Amino acid sequence: MSGTAPAAPSAVGQGLPRLEVREKVFGQALYVDDLVRPRMLHGAVLGSPIPHGRIKTWDKSRALALPGVKAVIVGPELPAHHLGAFIKDEVALAREKVRYIGDAVAAVAAVDPATARQALGLIDIEYEELPAVFDVEEAQKPDAPLLHENYETYIKVFPAEFSGRNVLSISTVSEGNVDAAWAECDVIVEGVYESPAQAHAYLETNGALAEFDAAGKVTVWSCTQSVFKVQAAVSEALGLPMSKIRAIATRIGGGFGGKAEPGTQIIAAMLAQATGRPVKVILARDEDFTMMRVRHPAKVRVKTGAKKDGTLIAREFDATYDAGAYADDSPGVMGFGVLMARGPYRVPHVKCVGRAVYTNKLRTGAFRGFGNPQTAFAGEANLDDLAAKLGLDPLDLRLKNAMRPGDTWVGGQKVEACGLVECLEKLRKASDWDKRRKAPAASKPGRKRGIGVACLAHISGVLATSAIVRLLEDGSFSLNTGAVDIGQGSDTTLAQICAGSLRVPIDKINLVNPDTDASPYNWGTGASRVTYTVGRAVAAASDSVGEQIKQRASMIFECAPADLELREGGMVGVKGVPGKALPYGAVAGFSHFVAGGPIIGTTALMFDGPGFDPKRALLRGVPFSNLGAYVFGVQAVEIEIDEVTGKIEVVEVWSAHDVGKAINPQSVEGQIQGGVVQGIGYALTEWVEWDGGRVVNPSFMDYKIPGALDVPYAIHPIIVEHPEPSGPFGAKGVGEPGLIGVAPAIRNAIAHATGVRLGIMPFTPERLWMAMRGEA
Amino acid sequence: MIQVELDVNGEREALALDGGQTLLDALRVRLGLTGTKLGCNQGVCGSCTVLIDGKPARSCLVLAVGCGGRKIVTIEGIADGAKPSVVQQAFIETGAVQCGYCTPGMILTAEALLRRHRRPSLDEIREALSGNLCRCSGYSKIVDAVKLASERMPV
Repeated sequence: MSGTAPAAPSAVGQGLPRLEVREKVFGQALYVDDLVRPRMLHGAVLGSPIPHGRIKTWDKSRALALPGVKAVIVGPELPAHHLGAFIKDEVALAREKVRYIGDAVAAVAAVDPATARQALGLIDIEYEELPAVFDVEEAQKPDAPLLHENYETYIKVFPAEFSGRNVLSISTVSEGNVDAAWAECDVIVEGVYESPAQAHAYLETNGALAEFDAAGKVTVWSCTQSVFKVQAAVSEALGLPMSKIRAIATRIGGGFGGKAEPGTQIIAAMLAQATGRPVKVILARDEDFTMMRVRHPAKVRVKTGAKKDGTLIAREFDATYDAGAYADDSPGVMGFGVLMARGPYRVPHVKCVGRAVYTNKLRTGAFRGFGNPQTAFAGEANLDDLAAKLGLDPLDLRLKNAMRPGDTWVGGQKVEACGLVECLEKLRKASDWDKRRKAPAASKPGRKRGIGVACLAHISGVLATSAIVRLLEDGSFSLNTGAVDIGQGSDTTLAQICAGSLRVPIDKINLVNPDTDASPYNWGTGASRVTYTVGRAVAAASDSVGEQIKQRASMIFECAPADLELREGGMVGVKGVPGKALPYGAVAGFSHFVAGGPIIGTTALMFDGPGFDPKRALLRGVPFSNLGAYVFGVQAVEIEIDEVTGKIEVVEVWSAHDVGKAINPQSVEGQIQGGVVQGIGYALTEWVEWDGGRVVNPSFMDYKIPGALDVPYAIHPIIVEHPEPSGPFGAKGVGEPGLIGVAPAIRNAIAHATGVRLGIMPFTPERLWMAMRGEA
Repeated sequence: MIQVELDVNGEREALALDGGQTLLDALRVRLGLTGTKLGCNQGVCGSCTVLIDGKPARSCLVLAVGCGGRKIVTIEGIADGAKPSVVQQAFIETGAVQCGYCTPGMILTAEALLRRHRRPSLDEIREALSGNLCRCSGYSKIVDAVKLASERMPV
């Protein structure tokens, strides 16, 4: 693989500007709401007004009578279908039951968005209201309302384990013998840690535009994290063959997991089918807040035991994730949260259990960290409590137990590349940890200062990916992967990997926009996977092209391909003979006549590294067989607390991450800083609030994401590079990690500043103020 | 319908508008200037920021019919042809752009700041940008971009 090339090619390791940056600063980037088609209509979706009920009657006559309304669709008019990434428990529009306030029940197409929304209010649906349940513990009681009466008959795409009322999935991971291990421990600390629902709050709401052609093929433009999931979901819902569906990604205004599963695309397609006209559906902000998905609220009990010297012996973890009304990505999120529960430490005895439970609230799903932020909050807060009880510095405790290269993840997956120790050491130095930890000087009287730390690990990898690299006639290249850049910069990073492998400047690479009509399969953007997994495919396809260039050139030079080398700038030449070389364009021209056209390299792959070891560990109900390359990091946050109000100010943040190799250091820093700020929001100001089944803060006025003055300028990314042997140029992912350790680091900083050890997020002024007075 | 003449990016556009139509809607739907973004439609996120007589304004909260005779500048009116403005160039170089959805509003807010204050401190930049939400960057690199632009501008 290219990673073994002696000198790093010029395109790799540079903070190059985004390929698409000019269109974004010029206001020319086209997001889905910017697209217009001839005779286009506008769609809107009606959500259920009640949290749980049966639909008795539909009457759409008043809505259809409104001038400008072209179609009204209700559930029974759609073909029978089932949707869901892990468990097929959803339909595009409710047919019999509604299960949360906002559950889609009808859709309208009209001449403009205002008319469409006006028509929603004229659709008459009669419900028989059923008792509803909003709390995971209530939902598991024997007499609780049952959300999915036919749960056992649903199709599940993994060996799901479930028992108990409204429990949709249980995952168990255990290793060693926890029950016996407690006797070996000198100190045991147990706690319960609760975290709230966080909204993705991408600045661009979900939306889609669909148009049928005369042959019955539909094109769907949308903001999505996977055009292939869009194609599959539209096929499932409308009963169309996938060959009749073309999904295209527009520019995307942020995703963070919230655009991973299709929704508006199906609505737009069904309305376009019903009207015979293009239909665009763009959710209003409150609709997006109440109808899409949020991060799982979780309640986690953690118990950790150690020797007096801080050697970790055992950990027990028991978590309940609130799935809301539909499974969505819950089995994966919860299962992954459980798999992360030991943390990046050497702990011989571990038992981790999680369950996802239905409630009559908005579905919860993928969101940056995918179950890991909830786990990390609990695990890293608990570890800090353990350090306090042992009288050890929390950073020392982590360093003592940190995973090293060659160690295994829980489940037995061997980890070859692990820069956690270096992350800890660099962070300690950069943050001047020992000094700040010993003498926290507040800026003025009435304020308390503290610094806290949290480690994290995550994966990058997961599922299928592919790449096609084509040499064009003039020696430039076309790169096509189907992987969607949702704003994180993967297009540029992949182009750098391609350019680096083929030793050409990045402007020689044309990045093909994801399009199911043209792109090879890609599961999607998520799981911090694009740089690592898609990057591997890109590097392999590029290397294949490089080998073919050499093979063709060997015919011209009349030598063996092994005697040739690719040279910086896009030349193929004879090794050791500087003057004997040809530009790629000449080889491309030659290929036209001897090899049936330009050179093409294709690769399809999945993570093929070590998997779980069933002899070593027990894994049940975990919807993954193996995951990908593990990534590691550590974060420290310094805060200052106003003792009068309880308000927390984040003063400075250090975030050290082993990324294997930073293909584009500027993008890596951007991912880290952006993740940190989402983590600050998660810890301090962001939570979706329900009154019964109703979301009461579905707006940016009432749901507070951090602004520039709410976070410090000084967020220091620290890039550590321990090359991942299987990664492109040694790289692995960094999309999610920046968020994961922030909340526990802040929580631990609060403990450092005040002695208060909070167990419930977010750390609002009121909550902290009460706790400081012993009224928690 | 109300007849109004808008001056957008130096071009005069005569439009018949509904009295309730926002400037954002008029720019995007009537004039095809889609660089101005709809984020929250209630004046919180700043994605719809344009300059009205040189000052940043939330076009989702401004009625278009009230803008007759005022100079409106959108993101499409900042560059000199294909040459980016100093602020745009700084955003390109510093990695201040991720998904790009907040970018037009950020750039216009920064343009307005630097027109009235050529050498703002980091805190003054943060203050000026505090009404424009970004969900991707964590703000540090956007602040860097504005700082870089300010250093490149003559006092």
